[in-house]
Amino acid sequence: MGQTTAEKIFSAHLRDEPFPGTKVLDLDRVLCHEITTPVAIADLEWRGKDRVFDNVKIKAVIDHVTPSKDSKTALQAKMLRDWARRHDIKDFFDIGHNGVCHALFPEKGYIRPGFTAIMGDSHTCTHGAFGAFAAGVGTTDLEVGILKGVCAFREPKTIRVNLNGSLQSGVYAKDVILFVIGQLGVNGATDRVIEFHGPVVEAMSMDARMTLCNMAIEAGGTCGICQPDMVTVDYLWPFIEGEFASKEAALEDYSQWCADADADYDKVLDFDVNALEPHVTYGYKPDCVKPVAEMAGTKIDQVYIGTCTNGRIEDLRQAAAVLKGRKVSDTLRGIVSPATPKIFQEALAEGLIQIFMDAGFCVTNPTCGACLGMSNGILAEGEACASTSNRNFNGRMGKGGMVHLMSPSTAAATAITGVITDARVLK
Amino acid sequence: MKKIFGGPAIFLDRADINTDEIIPAKYLTEVTKEALKPYCLEDLKLEGFDPQGERLKNARVIISRENFGCGSSREHAPWVFEVNDIHTVIAESYARIFRQNMFNCGMLAIELPKADIDTLIALEKESNGEVEVEVSVQEQKVVARGNGREESFNFDISPFDKALVNAGGWVEFADARY
Repeated sequence: MGQTTAEKIFSAHLRDEPFPGTKVLDLDRVLCHEITTPVAIADLEWRGKDRVFDNVKIKAVIDHVTPSKDSKTALQAKMLRDWARRHDIKDFFDIGHNGVCHALFPEKGYIRPGFTAIMGDSHTCTHGAFGAFAAGVGTTDLEVGILKGVCAFREPKTIRVNLNGSLQSGVYAKDVILFVIGQLGVNGATDRVIEFHGPVVEAMSMDARMTLCNMAIEAGGTCGICQPDMVTVDYLWPFIEGEFASKEAALEDYSQWCADADADYDKVLDFDVNALEPHVTYGYKPDCVKPVAEMAGTKIDQVYIGTCTNGRIEDLRQAAAVLKGRKVSDTLRGIVSPATPKIFQEALAEGLIQIFMDAGFCVTNPTCGACLGMSNGILAEGEACASTSNRNFNGRMGKGGMVHLMSPSTAAATAITGVITDARVLK
Repeated sequence: MKKIFGGPAIFLDRADINTDEIIPAKYLTEVTKEALKPYCLEDLKLEGFDPQGERLKNARVIISRENFGCGSSREHAPWVFEVNDIHTVIAESYARIFRQNMFNCGMLAIELPKADIDTLIALEKESNGEVEVEVSVQEQKVVARGNGREESFNFDISPFDKALVNAGGWVEFADARY
């Protein structure tokens, strides 16, 4: 019997099986940010074990609230900063260099096919786009990861999702994943890895694949995984060209992580996306999804474009293509947050920032900010936000606020009209 | 440190209770567990539930439905329970990260089938919410008492999870072994 990608990675990283069904894996990456790491640092200090297992495999960034908004967030940033300096963490990203973790770390080439990674952040599943096993964990798992370089998992079963056909113009990875979550339900992939296959994924860029994998957790999934291919190699090439004689050689090596043809899946789901329309959420759970057409006309108070789901350069290009030459409705406010400094600079160079500002958007620095109601665009009670982020939970972007999740293109169209709008029908 | 399990129960009869509801992100700026204490379940969307009420204040056990603790990985969710002396959650199922976080803290996330949760909720109704739960990890047994009668249930716990509870958490276990 063949193996899934996750099973191959588990086999290659198995350190220990203390009890049947519990696999303790060696970690290639332990990723840290300033919200969930400081308590781990404080606990390690309290235990007299203020050590790190590897100052290269551990990466850290201040991203959730940056620049700090108050004394408490300043203390969190300081705790992470001081710890990173104390242990000489080689890759630590502070103001001026920092960005949203799940956009920044891939962009730096830190995630490779076959890697294991954990982070104290549920959207760590994003990194599976590279053919890696990457899982969000709590602070205690993170703490042990920092100290010992290991993490325990029940070996997850894998759901194979075949995305067949091709996407219509104006339909994006975000629409696909919202649709898939709607089909699976918020509990449909719990303790499962979602492996994405098919021509639709093969045609996707790494940016789009990251959008897809980012929301695996919204169906309860441990990780979303795409198969490494030449798109993966091309993306990583600037970082790996010293390791391989050619791109073909890199591809051959990375292909060892592709699922076997006779792998055993928990479930295989086939979706034909030829007729898929842009989707949007309603209600307070990410599986409450509808075609945009059915929600068209819903009044919106704020549009938020950014985050680890859709704050990458392609996302900004899609939004800017809709916004070009148009103005934000005077009944709402638009906020865009490029997810990393590099994306911000690319957006500047390509004239996208000009388009956003001409349209009347506020451009903020890279930060997680409003997505989880921490800073830079919190909603007032009773307000609704059209957001390119990943969660629409009650109170997520501010107490009493409503969040509608959608693609950057739909969000941009909505910004222009003031109500939820399918970008394809904009005159 | 080993935790104490069981005590008066509070019933949260809804599926998919997420960690944003258990502890809203605006409180994640705290760097101690104790500071989270006043904000337990502050954003829970559930009719009749009062996050400031006596019932929650007295509770030592939470009983709920499917997919409890979904969403954000924040361990602040188990912590806000821990600092409020709630060391036991009993639900139909859990989100992976929340469940692991509970055991990593040496606390219990007990899974019971829907029929058992239905029985517990019926007991709650007939005893006007006054249900006392006793938990034996060793015997893998939950006994609920209310309105002068009792219901008991056996539960499964993996050897690993049991070892974490007995060790007092994952840091203790891992530090001794790796």
